[in-house]
This record gives sequence, structure tokens and C-alpha cells, in this order.
Amino acid sequence: MAHEKNHDYHILNPSIWPFVGGAAAFVMLFGAVLWMHGSGPYLFLIGFLAVLYTMFAWWSETIQENQVGDHTPVVRIGLRYGFILFIMSEVMFFFAWFWSFFKHALYPMGPESPAVDGVWPPAGIETFDPWHLPLINTLILICSGMAATWAHHALVHGNVRQDIKQGLWLAIGLGILFTAFQAYEYSHAAFGLAGNIYGANFFMATGFHGFHVIIGTIFLAVCLARVYQGHFTPEKHVGFEMAAWYWHFVDVVWLFLFAAVYIWGG
Amino acid sequence: MAADAATHAHDHEDTRGFFTRWFMSTNHKDIGILYLFVAGFVGLLSVMFTVYMRMELMHPGVQYMCAEGARFLPAAAGECTPNGHLWNVMITYHGVLMMFFVVIPALFGGFGNYFMPLQIGAPDMAFPRMNNLSFWMFVAGVCLGIASILSPGGNGQLGSGVGWVLYPPLSTREAGMSMDLAIFAVHVSGASSILGAINMITTFLNMRTPGMTLHKVPLFSWSIFVTAWLILLALPVLAGAITMLLMDRNFGTTFFDPAGGGDPVLYQHILWFFGHPEVYIIIVPAFGIISHVVATFSKKPIFGYLPMVYAMVAIGALGFVVWAHHMYTVGMSLTQQSYFMLATMVIAVPTGVKIFSWIATMWGGSVEFKTPMLWAFGFLFLFTVGGVTGIVLSQAGVDRAYHDTYYVVAHFHYVMSLGAVFGIFAGIYFYLPKMAGRKIPEWAGKLHFWAMFIGANITFFPQHFLGRQGMPRRYIDYPEAYALWNYVSSIGAFLAFASFVFFIVILFKTLLSPKNATEPNPWNEWADTLEWTLPSPPPEHTFETLPKQSEWDKQHSH
Repeated sequence: MAHEKNHDYHILNPSIWPFVGGAAAFVMLFGAVLWMHGSGPYLFLIGFLAVLYTMFAWWSETIQENQVGDHTPVVRIGLRYGFILFIMSEVMFFFAWFWSFFKHALYPMGPESPAVDGVWPPAGIETFDPWHLPLINTLILICSGMAATWAHHALVHGNVRQDIKQGLWLAIGLGILFTAFQAYEYSHAAFGLAGNIYGANFFMATGFHGFHVIIGTIFLAVCLARVYQGHFTPEKHVGFEMAAWYWHFVDVVWLFLFAAVYIWGG
Repeated sequence: MAADAATHAHDHEDTRGFFTRWFMSTNHKDIGILYLFVAGFVGLLSVMFTVYMRMELMHPGVQYMCAEGARFLPAAAGECTPNGHLWNVMITYHGVLMMFFVVIPALFGGFGNYFMPLQIGAPDMAFPRMNNLSFWMFVAGVCLGIASILSPGGNGQLGSGVGWVLYPPLSTREAGMSMDLAIFAVHVSGASSILGAINMITTFLNMRTPGMTLHKVPLFSWSIFVTAWLILLALPVLAGAITMLLMDRNFGTTFFDPAGGGDPVLYQHILWFFGHPEVYIIIVPAFGIISHVVATFSKKPIFGYLPMVYAMVAIGALGFVVWAHHMYTVGMSLTQQSYFMLATMVIAVPTGVKIFSWIATMWGGSVEFKTPMLWAFGFLFLFTVGGVTGIVLSQAGVDRAYHDTYYVVAHFHYVMSLGAVFGIFAGIYFYLPKMAGRKIPEWAGKLHFWAMFIGANITFFPQHFLGRQGMPRRYIDYPEAYALWNYVSSIGAFLAFASFVFFIVILFKTLLSPKNATEPNPWNEWADTLEWTLPSPPPEHTFETLPKQSEWDKQHSH
């Protein structure tokens, strides 16, 4: 049909990736259940690889669409809205973990509960000293956020390619360093994940944060690769903006974790 | 002429192959239809569970759900050992499926996808490809849910019998893979809904046709917008809670296990922090549909458009701060109970604004009882009954007596099973001509309505009496004293189920017969939102030239 599009919105061609993604999610999670019940990780790994491949193919397509000019100003506004909303949903996900933490820290369970609260941290738990590695990690993450902002400014004001690259390399390197330090900290924990509520709260909250740091690092790395490809201009760099927002969101979650879990709750 | 144009457009529409159109879709209308069909299929499954449950409850004693094997003909006395697990599985999956896989996908995914972009004059959703991901993740969730029913669970049998709320310690101790699959099913459906919500909010904010300021957006679109916010902010919290369950089950954490310093009541708090917004996620889109139906068939603009909008916003906001009224009996302090009681009763104010505005819309109007209007009328009656019993239950003192009795079952089925489902049916009868170019015959729609209305009332009204007599919910059997009203309730359920089967038959008969309603607007000039300016069914791409303000801005409400 000789239809003519008289608007700036993005009408997409049919795509196989949503269907593949849904199927992959099913295989991955079904496989995860089998794995948890002792059948080996194979089905899970197949599903997981399929999920990763779907993401790769999908977002490659998105970048190509961007390159051919499908992302008009109004579409770019929509993409930004969408990403901010996604971050809001992530905030609410962390809300659940903080809820569990604050409940247990403010009203710890003890033998006389609920008439008499127990103690926090629970008896026999040796917590981390927040002013050693956690403080260093805090500084690392904040510096990484600043480096990302430096790159962002270099992009917006004058598009200084050298500064953008340096800023992003620095942000990514510090992100990896943070993850490495966190892994080191985990391996030296005096408490385990299982069997005690302190470990459960600590590892799940900081663990999900760490997972987000890894995602954010990858996101920044993708942006760096796109900088080398020359994808961004001072006016058009939605992908970069999203990565920066995400990175700052991860920063802020860490500050709350540092203040609440490490300092106050330790 | 309009009919010709529509047929013509339709002939050209199917240049896409079947697989491309339905499996690779980036088209909000096609995805909406997919949502409606899959939700309808899951709904049928879930309704069949309830019919089996009502068969079992029809008479005291256990006649059907036997440990020797589930049966469809009653067992003679002494032949049957009650299989409580099977019963528990039925109530669990009825709840899980209805909550996550029927009502949200039908109202939000189905009608929301199809009509919200049309009403605001948008050519499609903001993220058409992600829209399809929402749908296929919903299907993945359905598959995980069905796998959960069929895989090894508690008591050495298939499926999980822990209730849809998945309370620990039952859910953390339930053996087998079934519970884990159910948890992942809810995860995936939640992710699907969150992506859908992001899409809806962005579409609503970014793609309204020029001139359509927020206070001019049709009420159904507003209802989807409010619902999307509730989904966006509530479902991730549920994801956290069930992730904790998963960890407790499989990795030895003790979030909800007092032996390791955890607290099972914490789960209830987090669950209901999601769970109460969830009931508004379910009902608010129905509010939107009902508003359009009532205005159209009263031949008047909706009474109090702005209060209607802000009532929905207020209901959504208040929905986040009342969750613990679901758990008055867990041992909260009196102060907490007083707060949740007060906050809960406040919700009656915006809800009252909506009910009275619908009534005021009809007041002085020329009311025409076409089928959609009957459903809307049924909705008003049933939702009000459910709302009134809700006020009763909101009182912590009274709830001591009613908690976990059939009074609660009656209450939430009046608001959800009858409120939301009547909203869905009002939507189907109202919008089917638009979606399919075919009208279900009036006689069939009316027969369906009256059978369902009478059947549903016979099913659920006596359950108030059972609750007042003290019959607890979630049991396979009961003493002789409850026999009469259980018998009546079962008869009603069979009638309602018969009406549903009748609807399915008549729906497919209509869909397979030639088009009989291809004019853009089969109702009257009070159906004045943008979707009624399009051919029926609409062509593949709509609003390729954005609509002009004169096409939709009728200024009726001012």
C-alpha cells in the first residue's frame, strides 16, 4: 500500500527478536529450575546464551535504526522517558531489599520477639569496617561517576573526542576496579549468605547492586565503542545519556547501601 | 462508502504472512488482539478450576477430589479419600492465573494496547517492538505457570498448593520444582507488565495528538496511564519479595525463617505493598471502559470529567499506603491498625466520586440498554456491593471476625471477578465492532449478560452468609451447617460457567461469520473519541496523518 507516513514517530518493521526473547526467557528460567533441583546447568546456559544473543541482536538493530535516522527528536524524547521509567522501576526493586534490611535492622528478631526485639547486627556476626575497603570503594565509584560526567561534558561542549575517550576509559576502569574490590570483600566475609539474616540482607542487597555495576560497566563500554565509531554528536547521544544516568543511579544506590548497610547497620 | 473503504483497506491489510503478522508483530492493534485471545484462553482454564471447586463444595463431604484419583462423577460414600493437595492446587492457580495472566493482560495488555494509542491519536506505541516483547514474555509466563501445575510439588503430588499469595513458610517448605516454576512465572509476567507500563506511560506522555492536553485525554486512556504507574512502582517490589522466597527455598537464606533471624510477616508486608496496588491495577482500566460505555449509552458527556480523572489518580496514590489492611490479624499495634483503617476508608471518597459521577451521567440522559450498557450497569451494581463490603472489612475490629472467611471471598469476587470481568465484557461488546467489524447479536449478548449477572450473584451473594456463619475460606470440606448456601452458590457457578461457554461459542460464531458492522461508529455520536473515526476494523497503520483537533475535541465536557 502506498501509505505515506506524515509524522515523526518511529514505526518499526516486524521483528523476530521479541518472540525469540520470550522463548529464550522461558528456556532459561525452566533450565534454572531444573538446575536448582540438581539436573545440571545445560538448559539454563542454552537459554541464557539465547537471552544474551537476543539482547545483542536487538540493540544492534536499534543502533542501526539510529544511524539511518529513525530516531527523530520526538522519538529521542520517548527513549529518554522510557529509560527514566525503567530506572524508576529499578529503584522500586531495590526498595524491597532495603525494606527487608531496615525491618530486620530496626526490629531484629530475638527469642522474645515481637515483645522484645533482638539485637542488630545479630549476635556472632562480625561485620565489615566501613572505613576501610567500603570507603575506598565508595570513592572509586564516585570518581567513576565523575569521569563519566567529564566524558559527557566533553561530548556536549565542543565534542572533544580525546577527553570523551579518556573519561569513559577511566569510568569503565574504575567500575571494574569496584567490582574486583567487591569480590575481594565477599571472599573475606566473616559471615555466609545462608543461615543468618545479616548475610542474606547484606549479600542480596550489595549483590544486586554489584550486578547493576557490571551491567552499567558494559553499558559504558558499549558507549565507548560507539564513540570510536563516531556515533555520537553533541546533539544526538541518547545512548550515552542513558548509560550516564544508569551509572549515576548505580552510584546513588551504593551511597544508600554504604550509609545504611555498612555504616549505620554495621 | 465507509464500509467499502473499510473492506478495501482490509483486503490490503494482509500482505504480511501469518507468521510475520502474529509472531513478529510491531503493531499495537495486533498485539492487543493477541493479548485478548491468550488472556481469554487462560481465563477459561482458570474458570474451569473454579467450576471443579464448586462441584466439590456443592455438598458436604468430598466426592470428586479423591486421593484415589480426581473424578468428574461423584464417588459413593466411603470410596473417596479427600485429596486436600489437589484442592489447594486449584485455589492457588485460580488465583495466580486470574491475577497475573488473565485480568491484567486482558484489560491493560489487550484493551490498553489496542485503544489507548487510538484514543490519543498516536500511530502506534512508543516502543512497538518492546510491546511485542511484553506479549511474548507474558506467554513465557503462562508456559511457566502451566509447567508449574504439571511438575512435582508438595505432598508428593503435582503442583503447588500454597495459595496465590505464596506466604512462607508454606511456600518455602513446599517440595519440588512446582513452586520455583510458579515464582519464575510471576517474575516473567511482572517483567512483561513493567515493560508494558513503561511503553504505555511514554506513549501517553509523548505521543498525544497535537492539541490534546492532559485534561482533554479520554478517560480510558487516563485509566491506562494511572494503571501503568501502579504497575511500574508496585511490581518490582513483588519481584524483590519473590526473589527472597526463591533464595530461601534454594540457597539457604533466612529472610522469612525465624530460625535464622528472619520474619515471615515481612513477606506479607512486602507482598501486600504490591498486592493492594495490584487490585487497582486490575480494576482501574475497567473504570475507563465503563466511563465511555455509560456516556455513550446515556447519550450524554461523562459527568465530571476532571473529578473522574483525579479520582483515578487519588485511588492509585492511596492504593500504595493501605496495604496492611490485608493483614490486620498478624499482630500489628493498635496505632498501625488505626492508621491502615483510616487510610483504607479514605479510598471510599474517590471511589464514591466515580460511582456517583457514572450515576449522574445517566441522570437525565436517554439511557439505551444495548449489551455493553447492560454490562456497565451490572458493573456499577456489583462493584458497589463489593465496595460496601470492603468498607465493612476495612474495620480492623470487624475484620477479626471476617478475616479468612467466605465474607472476604465474596467481597473480593464482587469487586474483581464481577467488577473487573464485567468491565472486560463491557469492553468486548463495546469494542468488538471496532476490532473485528462484527457485532455480537443483541439477543445473544443480553442472554449472556443476564445468565452471567444472575449466575454470579447466586454464586457470590450467599458467600456473604457463609462468611457471617463463620465458614473459613480455602477448605475442601465443611460441616453440614454450611450445606444450604454452598449448594446455592454452586448452582450459581454452574449458571455463570454455562453463560461463559455460551459466550465463547457465540463469539467464535460471530468472528467466523461475515462482517456486519463495518461503519466507523456503530453506536451513536456520543461515542466521540478518536477510535470511532476509523474504519472497522482499522487498517494496519492508523493516523499516518495525525488527526486534526476538530476530529476529537468536541468540548462536550465543558
